[in-house]
Amino acid sequence: MSYTIALAGNPNCGKTTLFNELTGSKQHVGNWPGVTVEKKEGLYRKNKELNILDLPGTYSLSPYSAEELIARDYIVKEKPDVVINIVDATSIERNLYLTLQILETGIKTVVALNMMDEVEQRGDQINFDKLSKSLGVKVIPITAKSRKGLDNLMHEVEEVAKGDIRPTQISVFHGKIPQIIAQVSSVIQEENEQYGNWKALKILENDQQILDSLKEDDQLRVTQIVNQAEKEYQMDLEAEIADQRYQFIANITKASVVKKSTGYTETTSDKLDKVLTNRFAAIPIFAIIMYLLFATTFSESFLFIEGLQSPGVWLAGLAETVWGFLTGLLEGVLVNASPWVFSLVIDGIMGGLGAIVGFIPLVLVLFLLISFLEDCGYMARIAFVMDRIFRKFGLSGRSFIPLLMGFGCSVPAMTATRTLESEKDRKITTIITGFMPCGAKVPIFAMFVSVFFADGNKTLVTYSIYMLSIVVAILISLFLNKVVYKSGASNFIMELPKYRIPMAKTVFIHGYEKIKDFAIKAGTIIFMSTIILWLLSNFNVDSFNGKNAAASDNGSNLAEMDDSFLADIGNVIAPVFKPLGFGEWRPTVGVITGWIAKENVVVTFAQLYDDDVTEEYLETFFQKYTTEELSDFGFEDGVYDFDTAFTIYSEVILFEGQDENAFHTMKDDIKTKAAAYAYMVFNLLCMPCFAAVGAMKRELKTWRLTGFGIFVQMTTAYLVSLMIYQIGNLIGKF
Amino acid sequence: MTLKDLKPGQEGTVISIGEKGPVRRRIMDMGVTPGTQVKVIKVAPLGDPIEINIRGYELSLRKTEASQIEIE
Repeated sequence: MSYTIALAGNPNCGKTTLFNELTGSKQHVGNWPGVTVEKKEGLYRKNKELNILDLPGTYSLSPYSAEELIARDYIVKEKPDVVINIVDATSIERNLYLTLQILETGIKTVVALNMMDEVEQRGDQINFDKLSKSLGVKVIPITAKSRKGLDNLMHEVEEVAKGDIRPTQISVFHGKIPQIIAQVSSVIQEENEQYGNWKALKILENDQQILDSLKEDDQLRVTQIVNQAEKEYQMDLEAEIADQRYQFIANITKASVVKKSTGYTETTSDKLDKVLTNRFAAIPIFAIIMYLLFATTFSESFLFIEGLQSPGVWLAGLAETVWGFLTGLLEGVLVNASPWVFSLVIDGIMGGLGAIVGFIPLVLVLFLLISFLEDCGYMARIAFVMDRIFRKFGLSGRSFIPLLMGFGCSVPAMTATRTLESEKDRKITTIITGFMPCGAKVPIFAMFVSVFFADGNKTLVTYSIYMLSIVVAILISLFLNKVVYKSGASNFIMELPKYRIPMAKTVFIHGYEKIKDFAIKAGTIIFMSTIILWLLSNFNVDSFNGKNAAASDNGSNLAEMDDSFLADIGNVIAPVFKPLGFGEWRPTVGVITGWIAKENVVVTFAQLYDDDVTEEYLETFFQKYTTEELSDFGFEDGVYDFDTAFTIYSEVILFEGQDENAFHTMKDDIKTKAAAYAYMVFNLLCMPCFAAVGAMKRELKTWRLTGFGIFVQMTTAYLVSLMIYQIGNLIGKF
Repeated sequence: MTLKDLKPGQEGTVISIGEKGPVRRRIMDMGVTPGTQVKVIKVAPLGDPIEINIRGYELSLRKTEASQIEIE
């Protein structure tokens, strides 16, 4: 026999900690159908008969957000065998409000009174027997983080699951309310006997969802009853019910909880909060914490120490080194294989997977840090501090973190959107994060600015690109809010949880789950799309009729990129970009290869405009450097050789924008500054790399929504670049 | 007087909460019901939202929401 046990409770009540302690590391993370909310399940470590399910945190069973609707629908429709209601004993009144609502549904319940250690520390006392009697269900004291009371709790849960003990009826409501409930109940009785009472109560609370589920004439009848009652007794039923619940709670806590001090007392958490959200200090402290978060993940000179890599970068480097070593081994194995097999395995598969390998450490570090901020309670303060700004463009203060992360890498940034409470905010933030000038886009700007804006203020041009990305993100967010999601005034009613030191275990389980999920889901997309692009850029018609093989000295049937299918595709698409000023096949191919990874744009340019990058050109270019400098660049013993020179030129010099004279032929394709600026902007705003698309799909869940996101990004990129080129040209004429 | 008019450190008792609708229900679900004691703890650095202490925990809400809560 197997039983389903659902964990229900307020956010921040220690539900996740309890779940982790009960199930160990064997968890199954999925999604609730249709929404971007995680569904976590696992078997109880000590009794595999009990399947434990973690419901989203909720304050009430009157649904307010997607998460809360799930929790409620699960309890009343799926009917778990037992609900464990976790109550944060340190703010027992508000927590019991949900308890009462769970009890109203008539489901078998056990109340777990959590954080008993903090209650004892404060010197408060709770009489569990009394509380248990008042609620009509078992109340078990626990401290989830130190596992205290868990065996006792689960023993009780098992008894309740196997036995036939329903909660004892308690009378929460008084006055006219029970009578009105009975009236409504008698109308809807036939529909659902067991939950008739609960539904009636929700109807009194004006619950639209329940009303909609009724038959039409029943709807009319119950609305009539409610309206009449409100008029007759001069009562606002919705308010009255909430009020009576809290009155009931006040009475039972008065009887069973003895507080050492009454009223408001300042705790350590409050003192800490006084500093962290202080009028003057809050924003500087916030900036420092954000800097640390960002730097620990992405920085090349961590804590301003030149050359010291941050943990994120160091781990990413390590992962890439290991991957490079494996690739090297494979190269050795495949040395006698046919050229296309070699290229498929090394450039296609290993190269494609290599992209994911490099991202994983970044996502991991970022996630450990974010779950730390989340679990310790600071994240809620970020929303509190930043809300004023982000509200203006229809988001909440929490959207700040993903957007900031987007300056480093969109992949972890998009994954970070799941800390947002509202589903709408999550979707919008994921889409606009793609606009951020991530690290990989920087080489594009560096090269273009040095080639096209050498005579102007280079810093200013680069700066304007950054500013533009922010302005566009704000405008698109406003647009999505007003036009697509048509949300009116938003609101911000949020608990500011007490600061707590998070448990390392919880933080790590969090991080591990994210990585596993990311590697599998995003990995598939990245892998598939890199393989397809590899095929397109390495083959042409002659690959299949033997002409390529005949022409090459090693019998390879692969094609050069400027002669590949990709070039043909570039030619077909190019006219689309005519109005943007770069409607030629080579810049078009640049855009396409940028989708594998944005820094590819620069490398592709080096390959496609290699008329410019001749042997003589490179030799002259490198002549101005001393032996020592050449050695620093990576020439062996500082001695110039052409092969190394080409690699260094395309991967270092161009990346850092060190050659102002690069690409004369490029200027035939991209003729004006306006066109060059439009090209930078297009690459900035258009679809991010496949890795980020993978992350996007991961967060947005459906292909439809992901497609919509890409459509928004593409259209925005096109329109903004179009405006820049056309206006730039007009100005240029005068 | 509404909750919005209270300065940090000041206390009051809730009399009534604005108009019917999901926002009011949410506010009440969070424990802001008639007769409850509230204390304003602070105002966010940028002037909005505010933080209040109610039923032994901290709740933050925007001034527009606070202005719907009548207190004395």
